[in-house]
This record gives sequence, structure tokens and C-alpha cells, in this order.
Amino acid sequence: MDNYCELKEISNKLRKNIINMIHESKSGHPGGSLSACEILTTLYFKEMKIDPKNPKWEDRDRFVLSKGHAAPVLYATLAEKGYFPKEELMKLRKIDSMLQGHPDMKGTPGVDMSTGSLGQGLSAANGIALAGKIDNKGYRVYALLGDGEVQEGMIWEAAMFSAHYKLDNLTVFLDHNGLQIDGNNEEVMNIEPIDKKFEAFGWNVIKIDGHDFKQIIKAIEKSKNLKEKPTIIIAKTVKGKGVSFMENEAGWHGNAPNDEQTNQALNELGGEI
Amino acid sequence: MTAKAMATRDAYGEALKELGKINKNVVVLDADLSKSTKTAEFQKEFPERFINVGIAEQNLIGTAAGLSTTGKIPFASSFAMFATGRAFEIIRNSVAYPKLNVKVAATHAGLTVGEDGASHQALEDISIMRTIPNMVVINPADGIEAKKAILKLAEHVGPAYIRLGRSKVPVIFDESNYEFEIGKGIQISDGNDVTIIGTGIMVSMALEAKEILSKEGINARVINIHTIKPIDQDIIIKSAKETGAIVTAEEHNVIGGLGSAVAEVISENYPVPLIRVGVNDTFGESGSGDDLLKKYGLTPENIAESARKVVLKKKK
Repeated sequence: MDNYCELKEISNKLRKNIINMIHESKSGHPGGSLSACEILTTLYFKEMKIDPKNPKWEDRDRFVLSKGHAAPVLYATLAEKGYFPKEELMKLRKIDSMLQGHPDMKGTPGVDMSTGSLGQGLSAANGIALAGKIDNKGYRVYALLGDGEVQEGMIWEAAMFSAHYKLDNLTVFLDHNGLQIDGNNEEVMNIEPIDKKFEAFGWNVIKIDGHDFKQIIKAIEKSKNLKEKPTIIIAKTVKGKGVSFMENEAGWHGNAPNDEQTNQALNELGGEI
Repeated sequence: MTAKAMATRDAYGEALKELGKINKNVVVLDADLSKSTKTAEFQKEFPERFINVGIAEQNLIGTAAGLSTTGKIPFASSFAMFATGRAFEIIRNSVAYPKLNVKVAATHAGLTVGEDGASHQALEDISIMRTIPNMVVINPADGIEAKKAILKLAEHVGPAYIRLGRSKVPVIFDESNYEFEIGKGIQISDGNDVTIIGTGIMVSMALEAKEILSKEGINARVINIHTIKPIDQDIIIKSAKETGAIVTAEEHNVIGGLGSAVAEVISENYPVPLIRVGVNDTFGESGSGDDLLKKYGLTPENIAESARKVVLKKKK
């Protein structure tokens, strides 16, 4: 047994809640939510300076979920952290719910930026990080990008900006699960070499296994000590991680599991810890 | 008209300098056009609060959105074509949907950009912006109104679009007594035979049209609609009732802009004959601003001619 038992337990709870809420709403994005569980667990339960009782605390660290379709992992995390009651999770994507299909900062406590249309989150994260610099605030800004998302041109406008303005208070994760709606990144639109692209744009690049808490924690620590440059942590992940039939299947990008699949998924997750 | 003339973009530069002094939260962003948009005036005074994003309008708006979440009041500037066209979806999803306090201040709107031609002549921006929920849309008539509007927008909490021009336009208002109120139309001149509703640079032309018409015994009321959204329904309905005919005038496509907004108001409340003066659903071309306005039918004489026609359509 290693030291990350508690974090593992939390991320496993997140996975179960992701499956449950998407099953309940019969709609949502499990694949890219499951791939980011360890990253969000680490940020919200180990790293970020936040106060769930005071979601708008102005000195808080911020998180921007640029790949907004992974809203279920964010909602599961925020509920687990106590921003709102867990019962709300079962209202995902339903009428009058605080949990919209994609993150809505005006409706959900703890959501720092509304996202959903791909490619826009890095610019927002830049703006928040730059404001921190202008005001000499000590907060950090974290963002999670999808690997398909970096095909958007706006990401590269923003990537240039982060480096130009030396936003070393910005740590970005790339959830590199290799899949997008239509198939492999490589087949749809190859993004490689993605590390060299960010390096060429003036970023610190760290490559890790995105399901390994030790590596995630170490990478964040390193990013905080690297000055004058923004950092991107390219996290190799498995889309659908934790549910055997969802793993590495592009088809599970935006599909809800049926009753039988849900039971199987929960059984598998129940067996993990 | 008065001898004084001023471009609304120059008023923007002046207003920003004032805002920088009175409100520390104001930050200004530009996409490599700071000399043309006049944000360079702000940069000179407050370099630490000026952010050039380079030639990247999507990131211009997205960055402004992020800044605003921390309490900053960003004024994001570019040419109207690129701000509203290229960055439309970012304005919609990253600014208007979360109702963030971002001001999109766009210069070089309309035909009077002139020689740069159709690629740079935004004739759709009012239409694009007014269709977005939460968005305030302002199109000032002169430099005084532009300056007052910008100062007011800094106090208004929420997304807003302000449309500014490249060329000098006649000064209509008096700085010492002009008060700008978002959403409030202004009756500039009384009249009972027909109402001319203008916006932006067409307001001064509406006044000229009134002079032409008065020589023929037609007494035209002139109204300035500086806020296209939320539009002042009351002043429009009142004029429809009292004059029975309306002409709208805008430096914009006749589809989707002021003319459409006024048509919506009267057709649902008090239908009267309406003729829209503007660019007739076509692209512009290179030429001087004045030549383009003549060629595309945006002159005082065009407005007067439309007024004569609409008066004949009045219900007896």
C-alpha cells in the first residue's frame, strides 16, 4: 500500500458518481470524464487553495475545465468537496438543474469559468492568471485541456500569449487520452509532436502518466517552482479509465451506459479499492 | 452642420484616458491595432493595464473574459469586422452566456472605413451582436455621445458592444449638458408628419434630411437611437402614433440592424409604414467614405426621398 490510498479512494468515488449521473440523465460524456479523475482529485483534494464555503473567495486558486464536456468529473469533484449536495448530481442535464450539460459558472457553485465550446478555456485561464500578476495576487490558475481540443486555432493564440506574458502562475494539464469523437487523434487530425509544439511556443513541458498520483503531484510541484514560463503537464491517460468496456473506446466519448452496463461499471469500480 | 467634427474612435481614446484615472479596475486589450483603435492613448498613460494580444481576436475576447472574472473591467478593442465576426462565438459563449463584465469596443465599423474595401466594412455587426442574449448594443452618433457612452459602460455591469467609426463625424451634442442613458432614445427635433430614426453617423444626416424636407412643407421628427439593444420601445411607439410613418437610417445592412429592430417594435405594438435606409444587403467596395455613402444610398437626400415615399403610404 502506498501513500495515495485516500486520493485513490476519492477518484474511485468520482468515477462511480460519473457513471451514476450519466446513467441517470441518459446523456453525457463518460470517456473524457473518467480519464481526468486522478488529475481533478489531486487538484481539489491535495493542491488547490480553495474554500467550498466561500466559492468566490478572491484569493482562491482557480480551475478552468476547457474541455467542458467533461463536466461530470468536475461536478462529481465539486460535490465530493462540498460545494453542493451530492443529490444534485442526479439532476445532471435535466430541466431546471444547476448542473448544465457543460459548465455554467453562474449556476454551479465552484465553477470558475463557463466552458463547453472547445478551445476557449486557455484564453480565460490566461486572463485570470494575468489579473493575478497585475494585482500581485498569489493565487494559481489550473486548466484542463483535451487533446482533441488543441486542434482549435484559438488554443495556439492563447498558448503564444501565456508564454509572452510569462504566466508562471498557470499550470495546464493536457488530458492526452488519444481519442476524440471521430476516432484517434492520429487519424482525425494528428496533434503530435504535442510536447515539441508547446515547447516551441515557450512553455515548460512535463510528461507524466495521468493516472499516477505520485507523478501528478510531483509535476504540479515542479510547475510551481518553474519561473517565467507557463507549464503544461502532458498527462498520458486512458479514455474511459476504470471501466473495462469503456477504456480506449472512442464510442464512449458521449454515450450514456444502459442499466446493465451501469451495473457492470459500478461492480468493476467497486472492486478497485 | 456645425463646423466641429470628431471621429468616435478619437472619443474612445479620450474616454479611456479618463477611465484609467477614475477606475483602477479598467484594463484595455487590443489586437495589434492600438494606434487605429486609439487604445494606444490608454497604453501611454497606463502601460501596466494595457494588454496587446497580437493579431488574435478570439484570444482577445477570451482573455478579456478571464480578466473580468477577477473583477477587472476589460475593454477589448479591434475593428468591428474582426471583433464581432471572427470572435462572435467567443463573445457569445465566453462573455455573454456567463454575463461577464466585458466591453467590446469596436472601431472602423460600416462603409466609412472606406478604401480598405468590403473585407473591412462591418455591415452586420449590430445584427450579430443584438441577437446575443445579455448583450447591450450601442452605436453613438458623435464624439460627445461616444465618450459619455463609454464612461457609462464602465459603470454598467455586464457585457456590452459599442460600435465606433474611423472617420470624423459632425458634433451634434454639447458636452457640458449631454447625459447618456443606456437604452434611452433621444428626440433631437420635433415634427409631426414623419419620424426619422437614425443611429450612429446617420443621425446627423437625418437632421440634414429634416432641413431638406422642411423646405417642401414636410415636418420630420428626428430621433437618435444610440442603444439598439435594449431598444427604447416607448419613444418609437409614441412617434409611430404621433407621426404615422417612420424612416430608419443606419450605416449597416438593412437586414438585422436598427431598421429591423424598429420594425419589430412597431409591428408588434403600433404598425405604421416604415422604410429602412441602409446598405441594401450587399457588400461594399473600396472608395472614400463619402463616395461610398453616396453610391450605396446613405445620404441626407436618400433619407429625405424615403420620407417622401413613406408619407404617401400613411393610412388616411
